[in-house]
Amino acid sequence: MVIKTEGLTKKYGKIAALDDLNLEVEEGEIFGLLGPNGAGKTTIISMLCTILKPTSGRAWVNGFDIVKESSKVRKSIGIVFQQPSVDDLLTGRENLAMHNLLFGVPRELRKQRIDEVLSLVNLEKRADDLVNTYSGGMRRRLELARGIMHHPKILFLDEPTLGLDPQTREHIWEYIQNLAEKECMTVMLTTHYMEEAEQLCDRVAIIDYGKIVALDPPQILKSQIVGDVVKLKLKQEQKNPAIQRIRELDYVKNVKEKDGMLYLSIEDAGRHLQDLLTHTGQIDFVEVRRGTLSDVFLHYTGREIREAEAEGGYWERVMKK
Amino acid sequence: MSEIEGIYAIWLRETKIYIREKERLIASIISPLLWIFAFGAGLGSTVDIEGYNYQIFIYPGVMAMTVLFTSLFYGIYVIWDRKLDFLKEVLVAPVSRASVFAGKMFGGATDVMVEAVILLIIGFFLDIPFTLTVIIGSALMLLLISIAMVSIGLVIGANLRSPEGFNLVIGFVMWPMFFFSGALFPVDNLSPWLTAITYIDPLTYGVDALRGIILGINRFPIYLDVGVMLVFSMVMMGIGVLSFRRM
Repeated sequence: MVIKTEGLTKKYGKIAALDDLNLEVEEGEIFGLLGPNGAGKTTIISMLCTILKPTSGRAWVNGFDIVKESSKVRKSIGIVFQQPSVDDLLTGRENLAMHNLLFGVPRELRKQRIDEVLSLVNLEKRADDLVNTYSGGMRRRLELARGIMHHPKILFLDEPTLGLDPQTREHIWEYIQNLAEKECMTVMLTTHYMEEAEQLCDRVAIIDYGKIVALDPPQILKSQIVGDVVKLKLKQEQKNPAIQRIRELDYVKNVKEKDGMLYLSIEDAGRHLQDLLTHTGQIDFVEVRRGTLSDVFLHYTGREIREAEAEGGYWERVMKK
Repeated sequence: MSEIEGIYAIWLRETKIYIREKERLIASIISPLLWIFAFGAGLGSTVDIEGYNYQIFIYPGVMAMTVLFTSLFYGIYVIWDRKLDFLKEVLVAPVSRASVFAGKMFGGATDVMVEAVILLIIGFFLDIPFTLTVIIGSALMLLLISIAMVSIGLVIGANLRSPEGFNLVIGFVMWPMFFFSGALFPVDNLSPWLTAITYIDPLTYGVDALRGIILGINRFPIYLDVGVMLVFSMVMMGIGVLSFRRM
């Protein structure tokens, strides 16, 4: 087990930003923490990276206790922060050189490592320019290069593609996947992009209000909750008896009502649609699509991830109370 | 070994940034000039103290003052580093906080020593009675003062989150330390309770040592001056390391 937590908890006053987290991550796995801003994802990563002390509970990274052996933990990990932390007034190469020194990369390997990661993230040509001339995507790539340069056993990525254009985002996904494979590196990343979790991660934990509400490979998460999704708008007058009838159908896995729409999780919707519609009575609207991780999120949290975002982060929720 | 490389990495970063931020470099050249000519020329033309023209009398004090201001304000970069998130990269690195503090402190002391060199050059134009011993002695004393004062700045920077708060707190530290140090006027004729305050101001000993080295005017023996500054530096460095551990 490369990462293990037991009852890991972080409280600010009475409010738990993270509540009793129990987690095990295997070597070589790409593990995703999915949730809205303020759900507690960054709190988890910060504690595992030893920059935040837990209120209670324990955790081990690469076999080292995060509180008692924090310096050994730090030697085993690489981190890419949510907010870029590369230095503006240094060049890309200087940023990397400094990282080499701070992380104790052996002298004879330094130059080679820098060239290696620069070519990996396609920054060779701009390596000697000051970082304040870089675009947002280039900074991210530099951060990523820096995070992996000392060949960490475990790489933590906090929203690695936040605010990037789709093209750059896919590039970065590719890098991460390649790395995990080539270097047998374990990757733990947080995201609130469904596609990112779906395409990249071997397993995904859905986090909401500081708790894990679901944890499985994305395919299994999807298949447990949703095969296909049928979105229906029923005629108002016959709504209640219709919902009652639909709930009793054996191929309907789940029924959720939201904003006057009915969301049904159905196995093989193509085959059952005709039968389904005989039970609904007249309808105003129907849409059939394949289930995504968004539907899984909706199922577990009762909200779409965008709404959860709109409710604001952890601190905003605290302020409202 | 890796701790020393960590200190070196942070010092190198601080120094590169100092050189690249032109405003900082220009400010370190202009502010000593300004202080010496504004104070010295304005007040000094008519006043003689202990046989020296006022401009020359305050020269060691202006040196100490310039070093004090620059050193204390250096602490604000910790707050900016934190705001710009650069600090996180350093704080998660596998180097001890003592090394991070040391790197920052030497970085600050390097900035200040650039100013010290400028101050010494200005001294030549003021006909300060320089000898090689005087130059080396005063440079070492300025280094010692800057290490103590940079440490204070870093302690305040590490414990605060906003630049505004930093300016407020630093004002409460800087001005009393400056006024009671005797940098700009002799403190012999003060009332007893004011004299008592000058004794607990660490900068008093720094100024006295500089004035002793450069002009030969002493209130205290030089070993007492150096001793007090050494002890004070070490205490501040200790508090600094503790503050960085809590970051």
